[in-house]
Amino acid sequence: MTTTPNAPAPKSSSTASMDAKVREAVGSAERPDPVGPLGSSLIFTHRALLKIKHVPEQLFDVTMFPILFTLMFTYIFGGAIAGSTGQYLEYLAPGILVQTVVMITMYTAMTINNDIKKGVFDRIRSLPVWRPSLMVGALLGDTLRYTMASVVILVVTMAIGYRPPGGVMGVVAAVVLLLVFCFSVSWIWTLLGMKLRSPESVMGVSMMVLFPLTFLSNVFVPIDTMPSWLQPAVEHNPVSILVDAVRSLMVGDAHGGSILQVLVISGVLVAVFGPLTMRAYSRKN
Amino acid sequence: MVDGMSDFAIETTGLVKVFGEHRAVDGVDLQVASGGVYGVLGPNGAGKTTVIRMLATLLKPDGGSARVLGHDVVTESQKVRSRVAMTGQFASLDEDLTGLENLVMLAKLYGFRGSAARDRADQLLDAFDLTEAGTKQVKSYSGGMRRRIDIAGSIVVRPDLMFLDEPTTGLDPRSRNQVWDIVRALVGAGTTVLLTTQYLDEADQLADRIAVIDRGKVIAEGTTGELKASVGTGALRVRVADPAERDRAATLLAESLGGEPVIEKDPYALSLNVTSPGEVPGALVRVREHGVDITEFSLGQPSLDEVFLALTGEHVSDVESTDTEVPA
Repeated sequence: MTTTPNAPAPKSSSTASMDAKVREAVGSAERPDPVGPLGSSLIFTHRALLKIKHVPEQLFDVTMFPILFTLMFTYIFGGAIAGSTGQYLEYLAPGILVQTVVMITMYTAMTINNDIKKGVFDRIRSLPVWRPSLMVGALLGDTLRYTMASVVILVVTMAIGYRPPGGVMGVVAAVVLLLVFCFSVSWIWTLLGMKLRSPESVMGVSMMVLFPLTFLSNVFVPIDTMPSWLQPAVEHNPVSILVDAVRSLMVGDAHGGSILQVLVISGVLVAVFGPLTMRAYSRKN
Repeated sequence: MVDGMSDFAIETTGLVKVFGEHRAVDGVDLQVASGGVYGVLGPNGAGKTTVIRMLATLLKPDGGSARVLGHDVVTESQKVRSRVAMTGQFASLDEDLTGLENLVMLAKLYGFRGSAARDRADQLLDAFDLTEAGTKQVKSYSGGMRRRIDIAGSIVVRPDLMFLDEPTTGLDPRSRNQVWDIVRALVGAGTTVLLTTQYLDEADQLADRIAVIDRGKVIAEGTTGELKASVGTGALRVRVADPAERDRAATLLAESLGGEPVIEKDPYALSLNVTSPGEVPGALVRVREHGVDITEFSLGQPSLDEVFLALTGEHVSDVESTDTEVPA
């Protein structure tokens, strides 16, 4: 600070009326009963929806990427892989649905990381509300984004000729299972979002995890076409199991074993990463 | 004082926070009375923010203890949280949302339901002169508007204690004055305010008592008057009309006011540390009477630099003394 003259700084003309209004606003603050856990979670879900309204660009990543992927794989590789594009689409549609939605789960980490950087996190943590509600609310909001992405993929694949044999019920069941899995996976991202320093490192780490998980799977090609040394790894990849289950539902031949496995994996993910996330949340420096 | 546990809004004993090798807060003892403004003054990296974050239950202390409004910040953090509010150095609202949406969201989180949340948000926007900006995204706000909306967000429910972390850093003078007015209004409404600042000027304007923090330690504590008395009033700067007359002006001023004149790089300018500002007018008149023309003069408040120099300098030179309290 340089030395300044002692002259008082000029006062703004609105000062007097502002002062009275501020006093009144401060003094009139009643203290309502605090909102419950469900209520506060839904408030944060609403926030996620408002963000979609104000930043619709965030849906571009969610929609353009999968549309390009679907078209590219169907028309460029489809003939070579399955003999005809139509046949390949039948195989690919459920896989690309899973790949797309699993990929966009990483935006959960980006959002949390941004909140920390911007100080929103501090403000919310200093509120007397149920602490996990920020996470739960944000994840519910993300689940809505996953639903939108699922609808986009289904519309695109159906527009180019995909007719799911499982019918409406099969498709709805498949999407619900996918959402359960992605909600659970998101808890990994909430933890990473808190532990990593910048959105860039979040992006880097999630790509390193997600690319192998989605490509070393049965999303694009059947496992038995891969070399035998690779097959066990791909078979045990949770994404492969999920694709199996989703595919079976959309084909109309529900595969109970893989569906159950997906539910168990989801439960384990929440049971492990939920508490880890909350621990990191309350200890965050 | 509520709860009758303690007479102080804040009471810390030997508070410590270590980041890796760095002792960011190294044994801070504070006693902040209820009501009024308490200033925590220090340069960047002194540990001010870390202290505030521990008191606001955002960070766990590594040593010592802290009670806020009678509640322990570690074992009773939820009770502390329900009665304090914090405004950080950056607008801690969702920049993608509008000001109104942010305040409605906070009002709902505090338990206002339905239209009551909207009414409260509208009232706050009006009080902080933000009604027009309310429908715009916070990312489009100026620095002063951000700070106001941020403070508005902190008083959705009136806190008993409010932490303001460098509320005016980076603001233009008009916005700074508005924030000062808001702080005074908060205090008028009965909220205790703990404010950190890098500016002695700001602490002087607002705070009843000040703690000066450096390298994680409190190096001085007292009223602004006590603090300033320990430093001197600040520097008298004078510019003379003719550089050849500068030395004579310096001698004359030193005779009247005492102290060591400093010859500046500007060939017309000199400065002098002043301990008794009341004698400055007389001294200037005397210079004029001796035929030296003065074109400019200013009497500055001691800057934080000078306070630090005085406080740490005293500490270093006075080997006998281990007491760094500012003499009353």
